[in-house]
Amino acid sequence: MSLIEEIDFGTPRSKSETMVRLTIDGKQVSVPEGTSIMRAAMDAGHQIPKLCATDMVDAFGSCRLCLVEIEGRAGTPASCTTPVMNGLVVRTQTERLKKLRKGVMGLYISDHPLDCLTCGANGDCELQDMAGAVGLRDVRYGYEGENHVFAKSNGDVNPAWMPKDESNPYFTYDPSKCIVCSRCVRACEEVQGTFALTISGRGFDSRVSAGMSESFLGSECVSCGACVQACPTATLTEKSVIEIGQPEHSVVTTCAYCGVGCAFKAEMRGEEVVRMVPWKDGKANRGHSCVKGRFAWGYTNHKERILKPMIRERIEDPWREVSWDEAFSFAATKMRGIQKKYGRDAIGGITSSRCTNEETYLVQKLIRAGFGNNNVDTCARVCHSPTGYGLATTFGTSAGTQDFDSVEETDVVVIIGANPASAHPVFASRLKKRLRQGAKLIVIDPRRTEMVESPHVKALHLPLMPGTNVAVMTALAHVIVTEGLVNEAFVRERCDRSEFEEWAAFVAQPNNGPEATAILTGVDPKALREAARTYATGGNGAIYYGLGVTEHSQGSTTVIAIANLAMATGNIGRPGVGVNPLRGQNNVQGSCDMGSFPHELPGYRHIADDAVREQFEAMWDVKLNPEPGLRIPNMFDAAIDGTFMGIYVQGEDILQSDPNTSHVVAALSAMECVIVHDLFLNETANYAHVFLPGSSFLEKDGTFTNAERRIQRVRKVMTPKNGMADWEVTIALATAMGFEMKYNHPSEIMDEIAALTPTFAGVSYAKLEEVGSVQWPCNEKAPEGTPVMHIDGFVRGKGKFVVTEYIATDERTGPRYPLLLTTGRILSQYNVGAQTRRTENVVWHAEDRLEIHPHDAEQRGVRDGDWVRLKSRAGETTLRAEITDRVAPGVVYTTFHHPDTQANVITTDYSDWATNCPEYKVTAVQVSPSNGPSDWQKAYDAQARQSRRIAPAEAAE
Amino acid sequence: MSPDRLIYMANQIGTFFRSQGHDKAVPGIAEHIKKFWDPRMKRAIFAHLDAGGAGLDAPVLEALTSLKQATSLPEAR
Repeated sequence: MSLIEEIDFGTPRSKSETMVRLTIDGKQVSVPEGTSIMRAAMDAGHQIPKLCATDMVDAFGSCRLCLVEIEGRAGTPASCTTPVMNGLVVRTQTERLKKLRKGVMGLYISDHPLDCLTCGANGDCELQDMAGAVGLRDVRYGYEGENHVFAKSNGDVNPAWMPKDESNPYFTYDPSKCIVCSRCVRACEEVQGTFALTISGRGFDSRVSAGMSESFLGSECVSCGACVQACPTATLTEKSVIEIGQPEHSVVTTCAYCGVGCAFKAEMRGEEVVRMVPWKDGKANRGHSCVKGRFAWGYTNHKERILKPMIRERIEDPWREVSWDEAFSFAATKMRGIQKKYGRDAIGGITSSRCTNEETYLVQKLIRAGFGNNNVDTCARVCHSPTGYGLATTFGTSAGTQDFDSVEETDVVVIIGANPASAHPVFASRLKKRLRQGAKLIVIDPRRTEMVESPHVKALHLPLMPGTNVAVMTALAHVIVTEGLVNEAFVRERCDRSEFEEWAAFVAQPNNGPEATAILTGVDPKALREAARTYATGGNGAIYYGLGVTEHSQGSTTVIAIANLAMATGNIGRPGVGVNPLRGQNNVQGSCDMGSFPHELPGYRHIADDAVREQFEAMWDVKLNPEPGLRIPNMFDAAIDGTFMGIYVQGEDILQSDPNTSHVVAALSAMECVIVHDLFLNETANYAHVFLPGSSFLEKDGTFTNAERRIQRVRKVMTPKNGMADWEVTIALATAMGFEMKYNHPSEIMDEIAALTPTFAGVSYAKLEEVGSVQWPCNEKAPEGTPVMHIDGFVRGKGKFVVTEYIATDERTGPRYPLLLTTGRILSQYNVGAQTRRTENVVWHAEDRLEIHPHDAEQRGVRDGDWVRLKSRAGETTLRAEITDRVAPGVVYTTFHHPDTQANVITTDYSDWATNCPEYKVTAVQVSPSNGPSDWQKAYDAQARQSRRIAPAEAAE
Repeated sequence: MSPDRLIYMANQIGTFFRSQGHDKAVPGIAEHIKKFWDPRMKRAIFAHLDAGGAGLDAPVLEALTSLKQATSLPEAR
């Protein structure tokens, strides 16, 4: 193993298909039109010296190091900004060029510290490399003159010198080492799209400036790391590199945060991670990252991580550390005992959307084959289960239709109930890049999210009242149908005619029009009509949506309504269009694919299908139950009823993440055996009897499947700190329960998945090694995978239009609960925060805040930063208020990242009619000033402290 | 399992299918419950049906009646 060095071609790849031939240093080269001479030379294997150019950003032509000579042209043009032309004859190394480059390098070095040996970038410095490349042997300008290097010059304070900015927890900015190449500024603009950096001043006074000469932390910088990656010197450097030193080997792996699935190089020294650097060949992220994947991996060796198995008889007891064998035997005895006492269906489990496909597959196999029932579910129940239902009904597959690259060909982007800038940041950056090129954006969201207003992006925003998605979608359809904007040819060819006609007649009813529904939705009918026209006629239209669509009592209906819109406008089946659910967790797509739902075997095939079930029975050598099992909310209800008494939860904090916390507490308390398999004593573990320590994504082999159906390798870079990878833990638990599963490596589990699942038939570790990643379906028909689905027709045959009637949720506002609470996420934190709260990311978000409109705040006497009580019919909590007009009057908003706030104490039991996905996004609440924590919070905190005690180890004999 | 919650869930399913007309709604509701409810939920709602089915909307009642006839659930274990 060695350090993976990616070739920097200097300027971005040209997409042109026209080839141009030229001669560089006597070599014949053929490259796409629009390629720079610099890149063409690199293609031919000749590296032209450069400092300000890097292939993640456009050419800038400022450093004057990459000069070349071209036959028949005067002067020495910069090769980064000079495009290739047929027949050019280029020389990259001549006496004149050598002299010029030495002069340029001498100027740079005359204003640069010479502390190379002790510098953080030692061994990874392009300035050092270039000094070597041009043969710089002396600096004829000397070091004594005006400079940015020394705090004092000639005994006086040097006004040009600036101290280091160490405000960002993950990287430092050392202005004395800056060569003002602008790579950081351009990365922030072109790659990330935040525009937080600029060059202030002119000439010798030019400085990289975060915001208006603010600290990095104080500026609008989102800490994505693109600038650090782009910096050719030690000016912007990861603190981990400064502390540890340069990495010596690296391994490509997949981020364990959101559903974008960024590929990273884990750069290592021995078994220590030095830094995570986004991999340019990663097809989801194309070399970009966000603050979580790039920097927030410190939780993997956080002191609170539990590394030894623990058990206890009662949740009031302190935990007792035991051997793995004792923990497995204790758990197995309890679970089998429950089945004997209450029946075979009295236990179940939850697979993890944070674990690998292989691990998820094993947990559902253990439940179906080992427990002998289908009581298996996963966190997708509470996020995207309506996507599964809605898209399977209309198109025939439970997944998004495109790859992320597709956005580069989109003309109209519609974002519904999603805030990619916070929750899917790397995709948001790719999207914003397209928007800056001129694509139009429509945002349908109760809040004015970061997507509505960002630099050089202006969206048409439809701020609807929470809970009225279906009415808005149907009104959009109304406009498309009644204004004759339906893509008739597409519908005629691809969709069921009679279902279309029935649907068209329904949406055309005047009561479904934007004017009639405005009173419910709060959306300006004129804006809605404009949005409908733009989507239907503006070229390639792509819909991206999130949990603001699914987490409603009509979640599945909205997904169906979205699919209807895409079909009616023909925006399906080619690059640039499609219906794209932005999946939340890293492997939530994979956990659904792997048969985590109680009614479906891997590959979304119903458990009652005899032919499918028989294949699994033959492979697993066991009889399977043909009846669907319990879904998570049903499990809780059954627990309170006394018919569901034991649960194995892998990598999921149901207590914090599921709605109506009091109800979840009651359910967990009623159970006789709760097994939590996790990195930390999470909130669910407060009610657990067995704790099995988990392994991080750095400690195991496997695969994750991201929101674009892309299957990517997760690679082990260190020994599991707890001693066992999660798949090994599940196997050992199964063995203790009398169900043998034998695998030597996760690749063997994938082979079994491929043998049983038609959409995965072509997937193997060998294949992934060869091609990097594949998007399912990957089989004989599509050996290289399927970037875009439904190209020649829908998977189900004809596209199915379904009538979507708006039905108001039963969660209503009234005199006691006049406001609507909706919940969401923030960039720096992830899900329940179990990982990100244990990193420096807390500097950006140390607590959940309640966003409230100034009008509502004033009525209640609430000032910015005040503690307020948030009360619903389900419960109450307290948190601090943030007054903002991002939310409309009548709507309040908070995040759910912190257990001491427990936003889910407030949310209710209402759920999606089809899937029981909870209605997190609409809760009627009241807000009032408060003095401190609610009784619930105090009691919860006391219980949590009590429950987390670990008994001291007994002295050895 | 508490019939109230199950009645609520069944009626919620019924409401979605309402706009598809009676002839599509009744089999649609039955199929949905057949595909997604665990046996103990089915047993509980069938027991409620036997007790008169109070609170169930008409198409839901009809759907459950036909589903019950077509279903042979294993005994509770």
